[in-house]
Amino acid sequence: MQQQGGWFQRLLQAGRGHGGMFSALLWAVGLLSLPALAFGADVAPAAATEYRDIPYIGSRNLVWVVAQLHLLLAGFVLGVPIFAWLCEVVAWKTGEKRYDKLAKEFTKLLTSAYATTALFGGILLFLLISFYPKLMNYLTDIFFPSFIVYCLLFLVETMTLYLYWYGWDAMQDGHKKTFHIFLGFMLNFFAFFIMIVPNSWATFQASPVVLAEGSDIARAWAATWNPTWWPVNIHRLIANVVLGGYICGAYAGIRYLSARNAEERDHYDWMGYVGNFIGVFGLLPLPFAGYWLMREIYQYNQQMGITLMGGFLSWLFILQAMLIGVLFLGSNYYFWLGITYRIPGSELKYRKSMLSMLIILLLCLGVWMTPHSLVASLEEARKMGGTHHPLLGVFGVMSAKMTVSNLMILVTFMSFIMYWRAGKEETAGWAKAAKALMSALLVLAGIAVVVLGVWGYFVPAIIRINYFSTSQVMIVLFVMLTITPLTALLLKSAKTTTEMVWGKMPPRAGYALVLNAIMVILLMTLMGYARSSSRVHWHVYGVLRDSSQYAFSPALGYAAGIMALNTFLFCMIVAFIFWVATMSDKAKASHS
Amino acid sequence: MGGSLLKPVILIGIVYAILKFVVPNIPGSAPLPASLIFLYLMLTTSGIVIFATLSGESKDAFWNPIQRFMTGENIGGLQVLRYGVLLLFPLMVGWQTYSSTATSDAPPSENRTIHPAPPGEYTGLSNPVPKTPDTIQQGKGFYAAFCSPCHGGNFDGKGPAARGFNPPPANFSDPTTIAMLQESYLFWRIKKGGVGLPIEGMPWKSAMPRWEVELPDEWIWKIIMGEYDGAHQAPRTWE
Repeated sequence: MQQQGGWFQRLLQAGRGHGGMFSALLWAVGLLSLPALAFGADVAPAAATEYRDIPYIGSRNLVWVVAQLHLLLAGFVLGVPIFAWLCEVVAWKTGEKRYDKLAKEFTKLLTSAYATTALFGGILLFLLISFYPKLMNYLTDIFFPSFIVYCLLFLVETMTLYLYWYGWDAMQDGHKKTFHIFLGFMLNFFAFFIMIVPNSWATFQASPVVLAEGSDIARAWAATWNPTWWPVNIHRLIANVVLGGYICGAYAGIRYLSARNAEERDHYDWMGYVGNFIGVFGLLPLPFAGYWLMREIYQYNQQMGITLMGGFLSWLFILQAMLIGVLFLGSNYYFWLGITYRIPGSELKYRKSMLSMLIILLLCLGVWMTPHSLVASLEEARKMGGTHHPLLGVFGVMSAKMTVSNLMILVTFMSFIMYWRAGKEETAGWAKAAKALMSALLVLAGIAVVVLGVWGYFVPAIIRINYFSTSQVMIVLFVMLTITPLTALLLKSAKTTTEMVWGKMPPRAGYALVLNAIMVILLMTLMGYARSSSRVHWHVYGVLRDSSQYAFSPALGYAAGIMALNTFLFCMIVAFIFWVATMSDKAKASHS
Repeated sequence: MGGSLLKPVILIGIVYAILKFVVPNIPGSAPLPASLIFLYLMLTTSGIVIFATLSGESKDAFWNPIQRFMTGENIGGLQVLRYGVLLLFPLMVGWQTYSSTATSDAPPSENRTIHPAPPGEYTGLSNPVPKTPDTIQQGKGFYAAFCSPCHGGNFDGKGPAARGFNPPPANFSDPTTIAMLQESYLFWRIKKGGVGLPIEGMPWKSAMPRWEVELPDEWIWKIIMGEYDGAHQAPRTWE
C-alpha cells in the first residue's frame, strides 16, 4: 500500500512539473471516455456474489470453529439452567440449603455465559452473511417469520434471566420462592424454544421440506416441521442436560483438586457427585434419542443414512463408540470410587460386583467399537477375505450395537443403585423379597435384551427397527422405572450403618470428572461434524448445491484436528467464564 | 515385583493368545487384523487400570512395584532390568518413528467401505415388478444364469468362480449384507457393478460386472427378488 501511494504521489508531482500538461491530458481522456458510459449501461449488472473467502484460514474453517463454539456455548447456557433449576427445586422440596447454594452458584455463571453465547451467535451471523450470501438469502426467504419469533424469544428469555438471577436473594421466602421457582421454569421454557427455532434451520438443511406456494408463514412452518426437527430437538435437549451436569462435575473436580481446607473439599466433593449424577441421569436416555434421530435420517434419505452409518462417515461412529465408552467407564468409575471412599467398609462388600460390572462394560464396549469394515493390511484382508471379518463382522451392525448400548445403560443404572444402597441396611420385612425381585428383573431384562439382539439378525430390518430395538429400550426403561421407586421405598425405612463421608475422594476422582466433561465436549464436536458432513456437497440437501471451493468433506484426520481445537477453545472460554464469575467471591473470601 | 503386577501381565497375555490363536481357529472364522487386536488389548489394559485403582490398597499394590522399579533404591538384580527398560523405551519410540516414516514397499492398510452410499438418483426407487411366485422364480432363474457362478447356488458367496476373487463375492445369506439394504441399493450395485462404486468403496477392488450393459432393468429387479427369496432374507423397508 505504501509503495502504491508513493507511486501516485510521484505521478502527480510529475504532472505539476510539466506545467499542468499531465492534468490536462487526464481531463481530456476523461471527457473522451464519457460515451463509454452509455455502452456500459447496456452491460448486464455483475452477478451477485455467492461466496466470499479469507486467506490462510479459509471461510469454511472459520465458520466451522465459530459455529461449533456457539453451539457448545448454547448447550452450556441451555443445560445449566435445567441443572440449576432442578437443584433449586430439590432444595425447595427437601429444605437442603446446599442445593440452593449450588443452584445459585451456577446461575451466577449464566449472565456472562449468556452474553458470550450471544456474542458468538452474532459473529456467526455476520460470518454467514459475508461468506455465504447465496445460502443466507435462500434461508432468509424461507425462515423470515421464524427470525422474528427468535428475536422475540431472546427478549423474553433475557428479561426472565435477569429477574431470575437478580431476584434470587429477594425471592427466598414463602410465595416469593414459589414465584422464583416459576421464573426458573419459564427460563427453561423459553430456552427450550430458543433451542428448537434454530434447530429448525439446521435440520431443514439436512431434510428440507420446501413449499413452492403459500404464504410466508405457511412456507416457514412447513420448512420448520421437517422430518428430523423433533428427533434433533429431543436429542439436543437431553445432551444439554448431560453437558451441564458434566461441566458442573469438571468444575467441582478442579476446585476439589485445588481445595485448601476440609470445608472446600467437602463442598466440591459433594458438587462433583451432583454433577456426575445429573450427567449420568441425562446420559442414560441419550442413546435412545440418538437412535431415533438416525432412524429418521435413514428413513428420510437412504443416501444420507448410509453415508453416516455405512459409508465414509461410518468411522465417526466407531470414534463415537470409543468416546461414549470412556464416558460410561468414567461415570461408573466415579460411582465405584464413591462407594469405596465415601462409604468406608463398603469396598469389600461390593468389589466383586464392581468387577463383574466392569467386565460386562468392557465386553459391551468391545462389541460397540468393532467396525463392520476393519482396517487391515493387504495380507490381513486376504486372510479374512476382505475387510469384513467372517465371525466378528456380526458385531459391526446395529443389532449388536443397540444390544450392548442397552446393557451398558443397565449396568450404569445398577452402579447408581449400588451406590445408593451402600452403607444402609434394609429393615423392612419385605426387603428380602424386594431385593430378589429386583435381581430377577435385572437378570431377565439382560437376557431379554440379548435374545432380542440376536434374534434381530434373523428378522426383516423393519421388524428389528420398529419392534425389537424399541422393545429393548422399553425393557431397560421398565427396569429403571421399577427398581428406582422400589429402592426408594426400601431405603425409606433403612438403617444407616455407615455415614457418608465427604471430602475423602482421591485426586483421580477429580481427574475422572474432568475427563468425562472433555469426552462430552469432544462427542458434541464429533457429531457436529457428522451432521454437517452428512449433507455432503449440499447446503440444503437435494435443493441448494454447494458450488464453493469447499464443496467436499474434509478427511477425518483433518476434522479431528479442528474438533480438538474447538474442544480446547471451548474449555478455555468456560474456564474464563468461571474465573470471571467467581472473582468477586474470592475477593470477598480473602477480605473476610 | 509382587503378584499384583503379575496377574495383569498374565491376563493381557491370555487375552492376546485367545485373539491371536483361538478366535482364528473357530470354524468359519479368520485371523483378526492387528488393528482389532490392539483395540481389544487397549480395552483390557484400561479395565486392569480401572480395577486396580478402585481402592487405595489395590492402587498401592499395583502402582508401588512399578514406582519402586522405576525410582526405588536397592532393587538388586532388577537394576539391570531398569537400565534395559530405560534403553529399550527410546529405542522403541525411535523404531516406531522410523517405521512410520521410512519408505516401504508394503501397500497401505486397507479401509474399504463395504456398503458405500448410493447416488441420489437411486435412493427413491422401488421395485416396479410385482412380487409373485412367477416373477420370483424368473428372478432365481436369471440369478442362476448370471450371478450364481460367483455368488453361489446357495446364495452364500461360494460359487465355482468365487475362489478367484479377493475380496470374495458377497454372501447373501449373511444377515449383515443384503438384509441391511433396500432393494434400490441392490439395483444400483447390480446395474453399475464394481466400476460404479465411489472411491471409499474402492472400485478397483471389485470384479462385479456392470450388468446394465447386458441385462434390462426389469431382469435386474427380478434378480433382486430372487436373491432375497433364495437367501431367506428380506430387504430393508420402512413400512
